[in-house]
Amino acid sequence: MSTVGTETIEGFSSSREIAQSARDRLRAGSVVVLLAALTAIPLVANDYWLNAVLIPFLIMSLTALGLNLLMGYAGQASLGSGGFMSVGAYATYNLLLRLPELPLPVSLLLGGVISGLVGVIAGLPSLRIKGFYLVASTLATQFLLEWLFNQYGWFSNYSTSSSISAPRLAFLGHDLSSPTGRYLLTLATVVVVTATAVRLVRSQTGRTWMAIRDMDTAASVIGVPVSAGKLKAFFVSSLVIGIAGALWAFAYLGTVDARSFNLDRSFQVMFAIIIGGMGSISGNFLGAAFMIFLPILLDHLGSGVFGGAIDPGQLENFQKALFGALIVWFLIKEPRGLAALLSRAWTQLVSRINR
Amino acid sequence: MSFFIETLVGGLLAGVMYSLVAIGFVLVFKASGVFNFAQGSMVLCAALTFVTMRDKGIDFWLAAPITLTVMVLIAIAVERVVLRPLVNRPQITLFMATLGVSFVIEGLAQIVMGASVHELDLGIVDTPIEIGGVQVSQFDLVAAGTAGILVVALSIFFNKTRVGIALRAIADDPQAALSIGIRLQTLWQIVWGVAGFVSLVAGLLWGARQGVQFALTLVVLKALPVLIIGGFTSITGAIVGGLIVGAGDSLAEIYLGSLLGGSVSTWFAYVLAVAFLLIRPAGLFGEAPIERI
Repeated sequence: MSTVGTETIEGFSSSREIAQSARDRLRAGSVVVLLAALTAIPLVANDYWLNAVLIPFLIMSLTALGLNLLMGYAGQASLGSGGFMSVGAYATYNLLLRLPELPLPVSLLLGGVISGLVGVIAGLPSLRIKGFYLVASTLATQFLLEWLFNQYGWFSNYSTSSSISAPRLAFLGHDLSSPTGRYLLTLATVVVVTATAVRLVRSQTGRTWMAIRDMDTAASVIGVPVSAGKLKAFFVSSLVIGIAGALWAFAYLGTVDARSFNLDRSFQVMFAIIIGGMGSISGNFLGAAFMIFLPILLDHLGSGVFGGAIDPGQLENFQKALFGALIVWFLIKEPRGLAALLSRAWTQLVSRINR
Repeated sequence: MSFFIETLVGGLLAGVMYSLVAIGFVLVFKASGVFNFAQGSMVLCAALTFVTMRDKGIDFWLAAPITLTVMVLIAIAVERVVLRPLVNRPQITLFMATLGVSFVIEGLAQIVMGASVHELDLGIVDTPIEIGGVQVSQFDLVAAGTAGILVVALSIFFNKTRVGIALRAIADDPQAALSIGIRLQTLWQIVWGVAGFVSLVAGLLWGARQGVQFALTLVVLKALPVLIIGGFTSITGAIVGGLIVGAGDSLAEIYLGSLLGGSVSTWFAYVLAVAFLLIRPAGLFGEAPIERI
């Protein structure tokens, strides 16, 4: 009797494992195809697409990934993303300016590390406070950093205007300042960071974060290092967001400007992960696509349909209202975001094909 | 020394203006657990509706009830369309939804009523008067008086009326309140309506002070540190928090601002709030949540 029972269970689990590994292979395969497509894009896309659509999309995905590690995995909500982006941008700017002998990736990484350290300081209140009180305390970081970079000229090398042009991007003798170069730089960074993040959330660190997210009091009772976990989450998250901020300044805008890292940016990033899916890696890309593509789409629709018949201010108001309504609609429709929506649609499709 | 006192008094009175916005937050948070970021756009919407009607020559005593009706309709719509489908979702989702709502309100209000800056004259003279050797703005005194009346009225509403007591029951324990037949959804509409009324008062006073314009929505950012210091669930806290933030802000602007060589008022209130939080993690008057495993 018992042998039969064991056999069925074994048979069951092994067939499940086969399905699992098949799904993993499928997933890995689609990632490879996607990567190849993304690398090949500069061959077909024009400069407008690279500059105005794909580069901001990739960088927004990276920023969303950074915040998602903190908020979706470790459960610490933050509205300081804009501030951390500016730290990364200004730190990288100063590294490129003052230590020009460092190769570009090293400057980017160091800029990220500096942002990460600032993140640890900003994360200290999380050891004491939770929930919306924590959100509000990250706002303190946001406003303090915004003020700091506007107030003290040292950060912007005493530039007279508040925006400063970025130094030339080059790596191993290759000039990266063309749209294609900046796109590939962004893509490479996003791929490396995302791959690292995937490994990280599946490691001990990731499990610690999720335990803290699900209930930090319970986690501390069973001996999960809560304080260290929270601070580590702030460090890694701000590091990623800092790198994204540097890319935003150098690969996208071409200038370092504190105003492009204001509170609106922080909200945008938070929207991206909530709409994309908290605690999901692919959700970051979906959410970023939503946040970047939708305004562009609305813009084109607006000017295409109404063609200057409505005054642009009104059109902007209309877009704002529509955008807000869409956000609410998405929140109501799918609590776990676009990632869950897509994976559900995918499962339905597969089961329909199999049937 | 008299300069110090003048700055302090001016700051305290300005703080009352922040409290007015913060009270709207507290009402909604207490009753529905929603951190309502749309409060700022409700303030804008109320002020804009009111000033548009005043510009068309409608009398104050007619314009005020019409505006209030608009705010109540918004409250009912928000409850129906946004809150009801989102019930039992995580708080952060609700917070994000109110951000979406604020975009909708701001967009629609400006489509209907325009985005230009309107002057709003409430007929309050803003000449400084001297009390005990200290110059005090008359407008600020009126604002403080209004806030005082509002707080008294709200506490009578919450403590003496049937609806108010039901609201407190919901704030204490939604499950128990539901089980004895309190209608949660009606009460949410009422509390959002009251929040609409508070934002009308705040909108009128803020609008009269700095003109009715888009920047009114930014008062939310001034009200947040007030909330943190006072606690999200206490109206008394909102008033005390407002006084602390107002006084701290204007003193810091004078004494710390000159030291650091720049305007510190964008962040000072927040840093102050975090300092308070480190000592009292649920605000001065907030209830610390009890966690069970």
